[in-house]
Amino acid sequence: MKLSRYPGLIIAVLLVVLVSLYPIITGSASARETVFTVLMSLALASSLNILLGYTGYVSFGHIVFFGLGGYVGFYTLTALHWHLLLAVLAGGAAAAGLAFALGKSILRLRGAYFALATIGVNEALRAFINNFEPFGGPVGMDMKFAIYNEYGGAMQALWIVYGGLIVITLGVIFTSYAVKKSKFGLGLMAIREDEDAAEVMGVMAPNAKTWAYVLSAIFPGLIGVLFFFKNGNIEPGDAFRLHLSIELIVMVMLGGQGTVLGPIVGGAAYQQLRKTLLTSPLFKNIQLAVAGFLLLIIVLFIPSGAVGWLRSRFATMRRVLE
Amino acid sequence: MVNVLLASLIDGLLIGFVYGIAAMGLSLIFGVMDVVNLAHGPIIALGMFGVYLLFSLLGLNPFIALILVAVMGLLFGLVMYMTAVHRVIDAPPLSSLLATFAVNMMIIGIGTSLFTTSSYNVEYSLGTVTAGPINVTGTRLAASLIALLVTAALYWFLYYTRTGKYIRAVANNRSSAELMGIPSTRILALSFGIGTMLAAIAGGLIATIFPINILAGGSYELKSFVIVVMGGLGNPLGALIGGLILGLMEGVVPVFMKTTWVPVLEFMLFIIILLVRPQGILGAKE
Repeated sequence: MKLSRYPGLIIAVLLVVLVSLYPIITGSASARETVFTVLMSLALASSLNILLGYTGYVSFGHIVFFGLGGYVGFYTLTALHWHLLLAVLAGGAAAAGLAFALGKSILRLRGAYFALATIGVNEALRAFINNFEPFGGPVGMDMKFAIYNEYGGAMQALWIVYGGLIVITLGVIFTSYAVKKSKFGLGLMAIREDEDAAEVMGVMAPNAKTWAYVLSAIFPGLIGVLFFFKNGNIEPGDAFRLHLSIELIVMVMLGGQGTVLGPIVGGAAYQQLRKTLLTSPLFKNIQLAVAGFLLLIIVLFIPSGAVGWLRSRFATMRRVLE
Repeated sequence: MVNVLLASLIDGLLIGFVYGIAAMGLSLIFGVMDVVNLAHGPIIALGMFGVYLLFSLLGLNPFIALILVAVMGLLFGLVMYMTAVHRVIDAPPLSSLLATFAVNMMIIGIGTSLFTTSSYNVEYSLGTVTAGPINVTGTRLAASLIALLVTAALYWFLYYTRTGKYIRAVANNRSSAELMGIPSTRILALSFGIGTMLAAIAGGLIATIFPINILAGGSYELKSFVIVVMGGLGNPLGALIGGLILGLMEGVVPVFMKTTWVPVLEFMLFIIILLVRPQGILGAKE
């Protein structure tokens, strides 16, 4: 296998590895927290891109998988005393299961109808968990500090979570690249361009869409468990925050939908931008408005995002960037 | 028991009219240009604060202030259409969703820095109207009457005026309408303006009934989605029926179970209708 044949993948992986190694080398906890947020955003954005970018289905409720995975994982950790690794897998499985069921039902809807339905699913699940006593209802669940002792104390546990997130992030990137380069991915992109034509050409659209949905849902499920394990408590408001869902779409758009590198660049850039705005005295209070203004400019004038723009502008970029 | 049920039924029905016009704005915009306006909630919130500010700073009667708020809602919609929506009107749905969401972020960002997220009250009362066992607050009654009036006016406008017919023609088939000499850009901008005007009016009416805050529009936006899907996307009059159904649910369900179950039922109903009858109860636009 010649590595130089996969420049798009290598650039993406190198970027992530370099960024995530920095806190490990310096051993700085504050750098780790910053990079954790960035990695989480770009992994979530990349997973959304599999559905949004490749298949062309706009999901406004992607965060439902993050929340559900988080809740299931948290429950297995605290009530059933499972090991973190098992809990993470359980979270991923729950998210995948929900995505499969949704894929068989609401993925029949197209365009705005699907987008609205995903909002409905997120809100329905949030409202349901608000009333679901085993998951703590509106106050959610807390984790006893002693649980961290199983993983060598809280300090050690945080590093373990960080390592886990790096592994998952790389997993998303490999999956995203593999999907894009496969026949399956080609089918998805055909669906994006024209679903009816794709079906005529022999793409099994309902199945392909469902599997794309499941693939994109697994990762938020896994990440949700890690995030809420690190957080120490979980509430419906934090787990199913519609706003975060839409921020993910912004990240994908910023970097370029339908590209492997796009969500990575977009996720990192968005978090950086947010941090700068939040800490600047001038924009601190209206950071949301500034972010909204930037989003509007991108949507109106550079709809293909940063990576998409580079690819269409420079021929060499098309060979290097995926 | 019967009295309690009757009272919550009336309460729900009255608020249902207000929900109805909020949803009508969303539905009209979708019907004419296939755009889901994600800035709908913040515009409802702007309507709330418009009435609040005119009432508390200028001492204007809230129902007079509503007229000003409606005009401002219309102007806001025209400006928003020309700056943010017109360029993406023929692009894939994602672009228009994001463009309107960008406006949402701007309104919420500026609104939060001006008003914070704390609650405000329009201290205005019209007393209570009593009929047998039922007590209804005057503002709630007035709000639903105004909502009904606005609905009737919209119906008359869409079906009996030339401009209204233009709007329906553009909604039906934009390119044919253009061939008939209808200035489609102006009509689209006007429809968008009417949509945001309805949202602003709904917000203003809500401000006379409930405490308000800048984020409160969000929950009415979600309700509007549910209503619009129930009544049929792009069918403004179906939205009224959907609003009444939702209002009834919110009135009656708490009699039998905890209030927190209401949103669960609402969104379940929403998803079920999308799955079995996506064209809505009355049917979407053809």
